[in-house]
Amino acid sequence: MSTTTLAHDDAHEDHPAGIMRWLTTTNHKDIGTMYLTFALIMFFVGGMMILGIRAELFKPGLQLVNPDFFNQLIGVHALIMIFAALMPAATGFANWMIPLQIGAPDMALPRLNNWGFWLLPPSAILLTLPFTLALFGIGDGALATGWTFYPPLSVQGGIGVDFAIFAVHLLGISSVMGSINIIVTLFNMRAPGMTLMKMPMFCWGWLITAFLLVATIPVLAGAVTMLLTDRHFGTHFFDAAGGGDPVMFQHLFWFFGHPEVYILLLPIWGFIPQILEAFSRKPMYGYKAQVYSLWGIGALAVVVWAHHFFTAGMPVPALLYFMYSTMAISLPLAVLFFCWIKTMWKGSMSFETPMLFAVGWIILFGIGGLTGLVLADVAADAQYHNSYFVVAHFHYTLFAGGIMGIMAGTYYWLPKMTGHMYSEKLGKLHFWLTAISFNLTFIPQFFVGLAGMPRRIPDYALQFAEFNMISSIGAFILGFSQLLFVYNIVTCAKGGKKATDQVWEGAKGLEWTLPSPPPYHSFTEQPTIK
Amino acid sequence: MLGLKKISFLMTGLLVSVSAFADYSWNFPEPVTPMALDTLHVHNKFMLISIAIFLVVLAIMIYSIIAHRKDKGFKAVADKPPSTAVEIFWTLIPFAILLLIDFVIMGIPAYHSVVMMENTREKADMVIKITGSQWRWQYEYLDGPAQGVKFVSNLSTPSDQMSVGYAGDKSENYLLEVDNHLVLPVGKKVRIIMTSTDVLHNWWVPQFGSSRVAVPGFLRETWVQVEKEGVYRGQCKELCGKGHGYMPVVVDAVPDAQYETWAAAKKDEMAKESAGSDKEWTKDELLASGKTVYEKNCAVCHQVTGAGLPPAFPALTASKVALAPIFGADGKYLPDSHLDRVLNGKGVMPAWKALLSDSEIAAVITYERNALGNTVGDLVQPAQVKAARQ
Repeated sequence: MSTTTLAHDDAHEDHPAGIMRWLTTTNHKDIGTMYLTFALIMFFVGGMMILGIRAELFKPGLQLVNPDFFNQLIGVHALIMIFAALMPAATGFANWMIPLQIGAPDMALPRLNNWGFWLLPPSAILLTLPFTLALFGIGDGALATGWTFYPPLSVQGGIGVDFAIFAVHLLGISSVMGSINIIVTLFNMRAPGMTLMKMPMFCWGWLITAFLLVATIPVLAGAVTMLLTDRHFGTHFFDAAGGGDPVMFQHLFWFFGHPEVYILLLPIWGFIPQILEAFSRKPMYGYKAQVYSLWGIGALAVVVWAHHFFTAGMPVPALLYFMYSTMAISLPLAVLFFCWIKTMWKGSMSFETPMLFAVGWIILFGIGGLTGLVLADVAADAQYHNSYFVVAHFHYTLFAGGIMGIMAGTYYWLPKMTGHMYSEKLGKLHFWLTAISFNLTFIPQFFVGLAGMPRRIPDYALQFAEFNMISSIGAFILGFSQLLFVYNIVTCAKGGKKATDQVWEGAKGLEWTLPSPPPYHSFTEQPTIK
Repeated sequence: MLGLKKISFLMTGLLVSVSAFADYSWNFPEPVTPMALDTLHVHNKFMLISIAIFLVVLAIMIYSIIAHRKDKGFKAVADKPPSTAVEIFWTLIPFAILLLIDFVIMGIPAYHSVVMMENTREKADMVIKITGSQWRWQYEYLDGPAQGVKFVSNLSTPSDQMSVGYAGDKSENYLLEVDNHLVLPVGKKVRIIMTSTDVLHNWWVPQFGSSRVAVPGFLRETWVQVEKEGVYRGQCKELCGKGHGYMPVVVDAVPDAQYETWAAAKKDEMAKESAGSDKEWTKDELLASGKTVYEKNCAVCHQVTGAGLPPAFPALTASKVALAPIFGADGKYLPDSHLDRVLNGKGVMPAWKALLSDSEIAAVITYERNALGNTVGDLVQPAQVKAARQ
């Protein structure tokens, strides 16, 4: 079958060459590659910012940056990592793999797809421009409010806040377009016989993510627009003097912000079980239970937002509701953990790099999940809130649970995408360096948070010194280890051992029936699912 | 294998560090209020449950990773569709356990903690008001022996220690020391009313277990009841701008008698202060006092030298505002004059009228006009500031 597809496709491969190919492409694989490349570049941009912060926090006292610049670094680091690294990486996988997994020739709305990507570079420029100019002494820099934009601080802030607001608008439009494309593709372009309940798990994860994005991004867009009009057009949405309320912004922001956590994680919860079943050589356990759990988490995601600001003050019934509903998320999540481990149980496991990342991911994401459970407790949250404990917690969910998940996916699909095998030795080294230095960075932050160190401070009291030093050392090892990742990807893209169509012995799904790399137009003849 | 390595790595790390440094702390600091004690118990209990769950799951995974390997020749055993009874068992039992953990073992103590934390009004012995401002706390006693006492609490770490490139020794309570401590009687339930004059702040002392956001334009409440004498330190923990890391909280918990003595002394001090605003000050007095006030309050942004941090924080040296006349022909201060700016603020510049006394404002303006490279030559007297407030 593969040879006929190839021959058929070559006749249609009349795309422009050079830069015009990438600017005008509507091909899902080209766009997917651009998303993934963009994400990787921005991962390093955001990473360099955080290394600046960890260098400053290496010991007490101010060494490198002034407090205002420090505040810019933390906010832009978060915005870049969330909106310009993790989300585009997941969207890149969606573009590459969803048509392959459902047996479609391309995404349903290819031109929208192109536009969705090309909104990203301008928004990355909007995010980093004020910051870069300030380095050369022009303007007062990027937003210094943290990524959460809380007013009144963000109303007081300089033009960097406006830049960030418009960047978020563009990123939001891009996400919503990407989501609409994915929903339409998944509902209309599945191969004959692939009912919804036969869809690969990755497609399910993305379908729910897409619905969450369509539901919550407009709320964020509305909130930051209200902020913009408060800043420049005399409205008082968030100003008590005019009848507004600063805390209302927090409700609006986190109505988006909490689902955002699951938006980042659901695609990963989709492909991790696929990796586990491939390397356990055994079908994934509890497909239906996993699908229902993903929906359960998606539904709970939009009703628990206020646990992000218990200390801002709200009535006791509201505190109790948000506490108990947050705890309830542990139920579907426990089902997922159970299914992941049961998939491994009595499999015939081998530990290539994707599997190492997947297993390490389960353990580290588990720590993130369990610390999240205690954070739901309102009284204890008064202590954890805005301390380094929270910083450590959400890096276990978003670095380990997010970025290490993306790395698992990268190693899993890289041979399929490039047609070459990556270096397994370097991949394993990359995993161990990442896992160990990640823990070295963030375990001390749990303790320093419990001891009472608030987050987002440029300088700290002497009793926090030792833990911060360990954390900074870990962060630098973690940062530089990622160069291995890039090296491995680049060499794999350029050449190397030829990958087979199947690539992994136990891998399941339509993407493995196509050649590696797949032809320019994926399935020109629809496969049929029994 | 993966898990084992990580654990052994952790354990070694733990042992090495415990023996190497005495300074490490692994949990919340010693609780001194009922709330902090409750929080510590809740935290310890939840952490133990979490760690137990984690270890059990990890052990199962590690066993599987060791036993079910392809390179050991283990053949995959397909999961058979479970019988209904088994399925019900495997679904209901874990759900029941989780429901029990979430909503009974953790949920019930959590409920009581929340109710206790929010119970600010019942049996409160005294009330204080805390106002957050960029970047200092203001305390006001609303009843009891210290009623009417009101003061501002500023970071007192010498500014050279906090400057870029300082290599010398740092003070013992670096960044956690202030000029005026909040003084509270031991054993009394203190209701705290909180607000802010500019952006969000969060008043937090880890040993008290309470933290609450100060929201401008709104009153928020919390309470503390310090059971043990001592000095307790904390920090603002809501990002509030460039000085966020520099607005600590220091509380002295003292016995009743000492509290009353302190209150009387503080009232005396305030009386003298207000008397000070009526007398005529000499230029030297104003400059000396102004230097102190400036370095404590203004130097964070405008810098000790007056050079500022442009463009966000303008220089005062040769600044238009600092050189222009303050008073018009009628003796009233001019709009946008130096005095107007200090009293009422503008944009990022805070309004100081609620934070500084008449004599402090007079002194600092005189200082800014006759030091920092400026030589305007005029004086502002406390009486003029007092008049300007009306």
